[in-house]
Amino acid sequence: MQTLFRSLFKSRAEAIAFGIFILFIFVIFPLTMPIFRLNLVGKYLTYGFVGVGLVLLWGRCGVLSLGQGVFFGLGGYCMAMFLKLEASDPVTTAIQSTPGIPDFMDWNQLTELPWFWEPFKSLPFTIFAIFIVPGIIAFFIGWALFRRRVGGVYFSIITQAIALIFSLGIDGNQGYTGGRNGITDLRTLLGWDIRSDNAQFILYFVSATLLVLVAFSAKYIINTRLGRVLVAIRDREDRVRFSGYDVAMVRSFIFAFAAMVSGLGGAMFVLQVGFMSPSIVGIVPSIEMVIFTAVGGRLSVLGAIVGCLLVNYGKTTFSEDFPNLWLYLMGGTFIAVVMFFPNGLAGLADKIPMLKPYASKWLNRNKQEPAKAPNTPSSNPVSDEP
Amino acid sequence: MFEGYTAEELQSIFIMQGFSGLSLFSVLLLMGLGLALIFGQMGVINMAHGEFMALGAYTVFLCSNLTHKYAPAFGPYYFICAIIFAFFICALVGALVEWLMIRHLYHRPLDTLLATWGLSLILQQGYRSIFGAREVTPTLPDWLMGSYTLKEGLDIPINGVFVLGLSIIVTAALMLFMYRSKFGLRLRATVQNRKMSGAVGIHTQQVDRLAFAIGCGIAGIAGAAFTTIGSTGPDSGSRYIVDAFLVVVGGGTASLLGCIASAFGIAQAQSVLEFFLDGTKGKVATLLVIVIALMIRPQGLFPSKVRGN
Repeated sequence: MQTLFRSLFKSRAEAIAFGIFILFIFVIFPLTMPIFRLNLVGKYLTYGFVGVGLVLLWGRCGVLSLGQGVFFGLGGYCMAMFLKLEASDPVTTAIQSTPGIPDFMDWNQLTELPWFWEPFKSLPFTIFAIFIVPGIIAFFIGWALFRRRVGGVYFSIITQAIALIFSLGIDGNQGYTGGRNGITDLRTLLGWDIRSDNAQFILYFVSATLLVLVAFSAKYIINTRLGRVLVAIRDREDRVRFSGYDVAMVRSFIFAFAAMVSGLGGAMFVLQVGFMSPSIVGIVPSIEMVIFTAVGGRLSVLGAIVGCLLVNYGKTTFSEDFPNLWLYLMGGTFIAVVMFFPNGLAGLADKIPMLKPYASKWLNRNKQEPAKAPNTPSSNPVSDEP
Repeated sequence: MFEGYTAEELQSIFIMQGFSGLSLFSVLLLMGLGLALIFGQMGVINMAHGEFMALGAYTVFLCSNLTHKYAPAFGPYYFICAIIFAFFICALVGALVEWLMIRHLYHRPLDTLLATWGLSLILQQGYRSIFGAREVTPTLPDWLMGSYTLKEGLDIPINGVFVLGLSIIVTAALMLFMYRSKFGLRLRATVQNRKMSGAVGIHTQQVDRLAFAIGCGIAGIAGAAFTTIGSTGPDSGSRYIVDAFLVVVGGGTASLLGCIASAFGIAQAQSVLEFFLDGTKGKVATLLVIVIALMIRPQGLFPSKVRGN
């Protein structure tokens, strides 16, 4: 237990912050919010999966992918295909000219299910695909690029182009993917109505639990030797390579991990929102996911999740009341964060100099070894910008 | 995909699509030149480049409105002045952006990408508030309209030829400027070795600012050229930005020749494929080919031979 704790948290403050977060999402939100709002929070939390992936990939490994929406979308589409097949059984689709295939295929004069839809009739395969499809694609892209030492802005531009290709490709093949409308009208999961309040409530908890598990695994990676190698690659790539590490492999692995986590987020998104469309996977949503992470803190797993919650909450409330102001505010916040607080809210929380001495004194009052005292809340040596 | 066409029809289709591809080529080239100048110079990715293009287009629109309101007699000639205006306004705004934002972020290239994306959000919303969400078109002078018939079934639009001429002039001017002027010399020196250039007395910050301003100015000209082939909306610029990036990356970042070659390839492929494959498939196919090519040959067509410092 002690070692597990050590391998997850650097300091007690981090553990407390995590505890408060868990208290909020598992107790306070479900108790105080009506189911509609809770469902929205659940939706925001699914972006948190992408955020966690970006913390590892961008914050720790120094590779900014502007195509995380693709992997979010791949996971989401896998889930949506399964749900859509379940929703279009021959009985409910009897009025179609070909019963038993999804409605948009019927509208596009398809007479049989395309081959790549067939395996999604099985739930175990779907769950497998949610992880494996984004993971393999990301690993392949990453391996092709990192092996040729493509990094920095090149990687960002190429991943952005991939996001454009993916969203346009879905858009253009209406008969196979549902086109611009996406895959809609998803009703049940193995006969269980996912649109009922009760199901929404349970799915929120499933989603939140998975997110916490993902966050813990990311923290685990950060605190292992792999995590240190990541930071080393970010700060001095050539030295790590000369020391004998396979930089391309490490980066591809992290890229694939981030993609798998994003895919899981996409699947949870579909379960809670009930549809999937290309508007959620293109260039703009992909960059927005980077914004959430940047605002929350690109180095901090918890920060990124909180960033996703806060920015999305702001987006929902502001764009309801002042749709025109929202984009100014979003753009302005983003510029301000990038220019003045590159480590986001989490970096800001670390830098409250007035409270820090008191906080560390209080937090370490029980600690035996005084030698460890300076290594407190967040004098996190690796978190400084290079 | 070629079944059902006779050889003669195919020839006409290729020539017609080739010419409409030339308009796209011109816009992509102008966009790409500006981006390449900025990226090659400072390693800065300007995500707001598309919005600078839209700014140029809106400048032409405003000039058109003002001319037709106050000096209708000047109508046939305003367009030339509007292009020059578009250049200077965009360059001015570019210099301002460089001074306010970019110069603080030079050592963090990934962050400039994000900050300029924030800027592009603000600019887009700004256009939406000022000019409205609907697309606008300036009144073009008569001599730009119509087309020139080479032979039966083969029409060449005059605006396409004009835009092509404009982009050739701008490219030539930029090349002269880069390789024959004193400023160009300083700029190339700074790209090759920033510290050494500073040591021999080149004001590298000033060079950066001017390079950024000129890059944005060329985006303004791209916007002016764009008004002759399409109508301008708040998000017109962002539709071209990914293509423009691929032009720059595909050409090999610091090479003007590579930029021209890849703009030509991308525009022609897109234009011809769009005719034979319906809807967005032509664009998807083009982008896919470029991305796969970049995975195999990430240094682009004409990689720069200068070692990074």
